[in-house]
Amino acid sequence: MNKFTALYRSSVGKKIIMSLSGLFLCTFLVVHVVINLFLFKQDGGETYNRYSEFMSSNPFIRTIEIVLFAGLIAHVISGTLVWLKNRASRPVAYEMYQLKDNTTFTSRTPMLTASASLVGFFLVIHLRTFWVPNRFWETAPQSNYDLVAAAFSDPVYSLFYIVALVFLAFHLRHGFQSGFQTLGLSDKQYKWLIDSVAVIFWLFIPLMFAAMPAYFLWFK
Amino acid sequence: MDFKLKIWRQKNRDDRGRFVDYEVKNVSPDASFLEMLDILNVDLVKRGEEPVAFDHDCREGICGSCGLVVNGRSHGPGRGIATCELRMRGFKGGETIVAEPWRAKSFPILKDLIVDRTALDRIIAAGGYISSKTGAVPEANSIQVPKPAAEEAMDAASCIGCGACVAACPNSSAMLFVAAKVSHLALLPQGKVERKERVLKMIEQMDKEGFGNCSNNYACEAECPKKISVTHIARLNREFILAEIS
Repeated sequence: MNKFTALYRSSVGKKIIMSLSGLFLCTFLVVHVVINLFLFKQDGGETYNRYSEFMSSNPFIRTIEIVLFAGLIAHVISGTLVWLKNRASRPVAYEMYQLKDNTTFTSRTPMLTASASLVGFFLVIHLRTFWVPNRFWETAPQSNYDLVAAAFSDPVYSLFYIVALVFLAFHLRHGFQSGFQTLGLSDKQYKWLIDSVAVIFWLFIPLMFAAMPAYFLWFK
Repeated sequence: MDFKLKIWRQKNRDDRGRFVDYEVKNVSPDASFLEMLDILNVDLVKRGEEPVAFDHDCREGICGSCGLVVNGRSHGPGRGIATCELRMRGFKGGETIVAEPWRAKSFPILKDLIVDRTALDRIIAAGGYISSKTGAVPEANSIQVPKPAAEEAMDAASCIGCGACVAACPNSSAMLFVAAKVSHLALLPQGKVERKERVLKMIEQMDKEGFGNCSNNYACEAECPKKISVTHIARLNREFILAEIS
């Protein structure tokens, strides 16, 4: 058995893969949100279109895109395997179980699985709306900016985005610091630093993303 | 004080088990939870019924024998206490109290409130020790240990192996237990020699026993009678990664 198989067989190994892939996906969120902020530039989407054209044609970005999908798949598979093992570890439930006395609601399994499932569902819809036409359709019917504007002019679609981003915030509220704990990088003396950086990921980034559908829906 | 009790009764490993309601009267507010169960058992014996079986030994919070889930909390409500240190004055008179055994696939119920915790012993046997001969008591300063490391190792070594971390965890994870031993030995010069082998073997045994793994919600730390910190779990993860990559 090679070293990687041995690592992945252990529960801690699966969680390490989950943490590394999760934190890698977080770095992608930064790039994504920064480029999307050009949606707010009052130039009819010219800058935004230029950057999105660069992102879809640059060979380096295209390569990273494959790594990104691999990371997402690794995150989902590892998470599911750990979740299944964890479920099997207590066949008879407690009559009374006051987990809420000791834990935050974003860290408890129902919220973790709900947020993971909803964010997963959201990603499918999201990629179908924006990524598939951009990559696979021979002639794009409209510019990327117009695609965004059209999608977010639908109130149901925009509200779904905002709800999904609330769940992404819940997911990252727990997941970001959890990644550092699993990688053995959290310690009492660095806790303040991890918690502070975590705010960028679980609060500011989802807020900025949520501002986009809200902007097109109510202000355009 | 009088109480209504809802207690898990199970004849043996194969029995399905069920809750049985009892009433116990005239309990001193200063009685411990285990003493309250003693009072109930005296009543049951007088009535010719089978007393409730529960684990206990030192009754001063140092042995790790006792352990019940009381009203949904490992070792009952309160921080840093074992079930033997849980006092009845913390409950309301007339209240219904639910008492169950630790529930985990790796802790099969032997009888009533007693579970088989030998899975934890097997994890220790897999690597939670040092192999050198210790001999007689050595001279105190022959091996120098930095004060912060000594303090941290002592905190980890205070684990009494009661299994409250497993019972409190929604995933029945034994990570805090394993972390306490790995951390304790990894911090000290005597334990450093076998640190890589130790962490890999103990994690492997933990997985084999059917324990779950962390979802990092830290219920274990909150319920640990010795208040062992989850920073030891971070150290365990670190030890595991270092052992894997080197």
